Amino acid sequence: MAIVETRKLTKVFKQGQPGAVNHVDLETREGEFLVFLGPSGSGKTTLLRMIAGLETPTSGEILIGGNVVNHLPPRERRIAMVFQSYALYPHLTVYQNIVFPLKAQKVKKELHKQKVEWASALLGIGRLLDRKPRELSGGERQRVALARAIVREPSVFLLDEPLSNLDAKLRASAREELEQFQKRVGTTTIYVTHDQVEAMAMGDRVVVLNQGTVRQIGTPQEVYDQPADTFVATFLGSPPMNLLETDDLIVGFRPERFLPSGLVAGSGSTDEIASRMKTEHLLLADVGKRVPLRFRVEYIEYLGAERILYGALEGGRFPGKAVASRIPSGVTERYEANSVHDFIVPESELKFFDRASEKRVAPKAIPWQ
Amino acid sequence: MVSGTGRRVFGGLVHALVLMAFSVLLAFPFYWMLITIFKRTNDLYNLQNNPFKFNEKPTLEHLQLLFHDTLYLRWVANTAFVGAIVVLITLVLAVPAAYALARLTGRWGERLGIAIFLTYLVPPTLLFIPLSRLVAILGLQDSLWSLIVVYPSFTVPFSIWLLMGFFKSIPRELEDAAMVDGLTRFGAFVKLVVPISVSGILTVVIFSFTLVTQEFVYALTFISSEAHQMVGVGVPIFLVRGDVYYWGSLMAACLITSLPIALLYNLFLDRFIAGFTVGAVK
Amino acid sequence: MAMTNRKLGVLMFSPAIIYVLAVVGVPFVLAFVYAVGDVKIASVGYHYVGLANFRSVLESPTFRRSLYDSIIFTVGTQVVVLVGSTVLSLALKDRFTGRGFIRFLILLPWVAPVSLGTIGWKWILDSIYSVINWVLVHLHFVRPFDTPMWLGEPTLAMISVIGVESWRLLPFSTVILLAGLTAIPRDIPEAAAVDGAGFWRTLFQITIPMILPIVNVAILFGVIFVFTDMTVVYILTRGGPYDTTQVLPSLAFFTGILGSDLAEGAAISIFLVPILVAVAYFMLRVASRAEVG
Repeated sequence: MAIVETRKLTKVFKQGQPGAVNHVDLETREGEFLVFLGPSGSGKTTLLRMIAGLETPTSGEILIGGNVVNHLPPRERRIAMVFQSYALYPHLTVYQNIVFPLKAQKVKKELHKQKVEWASALLGIGRLLDRKPRELSGGERQRVALARAIVREPSVFLLDEPLSNLDAKLRASAREELEQFQKRVGTTTIYVTHDQVEAMAMGDRVVVLNQGTVRQIGTPQEVYDQPADTFVATFLGSPPMNLLETDDLIVGFRPERFLPSGLVAGSGSTDEIASRMKTEHLLLADVGKRVPLRFRVEYIEYLGAERILYGALEGGRFPGKAVASRIPSGVTERYEANSVHDFIVPESELKFFDRASEKRVAPKAIPWQ
Repeated sequence: MVSGTGRRVFGGLVHALVLMAFSVLLAFPFYWMLITIFKRTNDLYNLQNNPFKFNEKPTLEHLQLLFHDTLYLRWVANTAFVGAIVVLITLVLAVPAAYALARLTGRWGERLGIAIFLTYLVPPTLLFIPLSRLVAILGLQDSLWSLIVVYPSFTVPFSIWLLMGFFKSIPRELEDAAMVDGLTRFGAFVKLVVPISVSGILTVVIFSFTLVTQEFVYALTFISSEAHQMVGVGVPIFLVRGDVYYWGSLMAACLITSLPIALLYNLFLDRFIAGFTVGAVK
Repeated sequence: MAMTNRKLGVLMFSPAIIYVLAVVGVPFVLAFVYAVGDVKIASVGYHYVGLANFRSVLESPTFRRSLYDSIIFTVGTQVVVLVGSTVLSLALKDRFTGRGFIRFLILLPWVAPVSLGTIGWKWILDSIYSVINWVLVHLHFVRPFDTPMWLGEPTLAMISVIGVESWRLLPFSTVILLAGLTAIPRDIPEAAAVDGAGFWRTLFQITIPMILPIVNVAILFGVIFVFTDMTVVYILTRGGPYDTTQVLPSLAFFTGILGSDLAEGAAISIFLVPILVAVAYFMLRVASRAEVG
């Protein structure tokens, strides 16, 4: 077990161009599942590769278990990595793949068989040991890659988008398995992904990256509910947070908090609400003060149970401003294109950002009319 | 790549040394040709002189001898003539055949394609004896036409193989679309596949032409008179008078002929290699 | 006019097949026919003589010497080329400034016409004015007037023809291996590095096994090219001194064309066929494996 730490870590690929990773400071916790989340080009993979020792930092330090490892080759860092493509050795059988790190690390021969069996049992791939990688399905390959990573009991796991090659259905189950697996072995894990669902579901904490800088580090709930800036606010959530610009401020609210006024407690009699809604938990309970907004629906997207309404605000301070609303399942109200409705946002759900720095600031009262 | 500073410097040094050693070893003869071309005869044949530098003033006499007093230019012209016609024959035969084998005849065509490729492995040194007789029967001995008839024996098989790979990489939907849009299958081949494959066809042109310039055995066997020689045989055989080697002119002929061919070949190299790897690389 | 794909296909490939059959298939068969006949240049008739030509060939010490030389020549060249091209392709694998130019220099021997490159070597290995000897003398490795006769002594001559043939083939083999190396996904050596493998372990347990199929292709082509080549030998030594560098193809040329004995020349060149068949067999295996995998 070990803690990974980076200090002012920077990588510039081409001199004179902006760095792929800029002054990144972060520290994992013992046994933590830390997710690097960002769009492509955000530097998340470069950051991971520097920690692995596959990329040389331009400046800054990497510490594993309290020691600076900048000068160490990957094999001396006591890490294991699962690659996006899994990077299984195609000419070796599953057994030979898994035993490879043991041989390379000069683990005693007598222990090989036992360790491989332990790792393959852990991943449930005991019956595949004689196969070649090309004879395996995507999910099986992923497990072999994990077994190869776990077998020498590394102090840190590095995973680079290991689920992105699986089809959607498999991905969900693999995600859960991977999470369970990490909890069981308890090894500090850094996981790179561009998929916010994965990040939210798996991470103990999430590091949101953009253009090589850390935008926010926090638990999934923190980064979702208290985004540090407009990038984090819009990168997470689907559809992204609605943002309205005014003077030196940007006001934001999530589409699922932008709801028909009649559906929110306090805006009508309880009976009325009960009659309109079938599932009670989707209701926003007593939300205190609310901001009323007129919403012209332009386009409706049906997502099975839920619906997403796209449209624009009417009148008020932000006429014509494009916004979206996510209507929970159970709401039976019909919406049609080009109809105008009264919507509200609970004031407690409003996020405020400085317009210049795009950083979040304390809530302020603004005139809505 | 991924080691400590000391190891990296050492690795870089070994890397540079390996590259340098091989470059020198492989390119040296051409450098030597260049030096030899401009050296005076006395300079070349004086053992006391350092052969790496010009001990006497450089001269153009070897080049003049080559261009004025030998048939070098004639040989170059012969080679260009044979090359051009062989390229033409190769295209006419190989382009439709490759398309048919890649697209129209299914698995069976695939097999036939491999069989044709294997004929490329049958070497001139096995065929030249019977062919010399056939050439005589056709009355083509000592004629450039003997080479024109025979050279497609190695340019066609390899070209078919190269083009098959090329045609297979064109998405089938493209032809399907053309046929839905009203072309016949053959029309789609002529109007769509061939224009798309210009670069593949160009590869075949260059490849066939360079193969013709490199060929030695057939030219040596079929052509007897000096005036009808190809450059690859004329230079090493006919520039030598008895036992006298005109090294300056000889080297000039070698270098002047080699460089353009080498440049051309180099441009298309990756595609030739794709043909040679027989699908063992994906 | 409706025409099935198959009919159109046959129509499109027939000319090529017929041509190839005429200029490869017919002489290939004739080579066997001549080898069991009594054909000479300018002779008219043909008489079947059975295995007489093969008998006389096999009894000839020159032939046996040539067969032996051919094997030494082929194996020697393959060993040099394989080791050299492996090292060189590894050195060329990664991008670096000037790679394109270095690649061009390295390719020269392959892309230049073989007879012309070889004549360059003939000058470098000249019995009197060899630049190699000049360097050796000035480094005091050999004494003046006692310099090696590169093409005049049996062992040195064999070393010279192997050297020049290797020089010629090395670039070809290198680019083939390079194609194999660049096809290895970058992840694989990186995974090996993370797994703890150093340079040598990665080389011998990952890289080389992974390019083995392509190494096989390079060897197969190499064997064919070298075993059937007569150009280097013909220009450098004409098989001399005393037939010690004579190989089967050059012997077939001297016997069949210059010696006018087509039948015996054909019989000699028939000995190339077993190697061809073997290579063709292995090539088919490579091709079919590529089809499956």
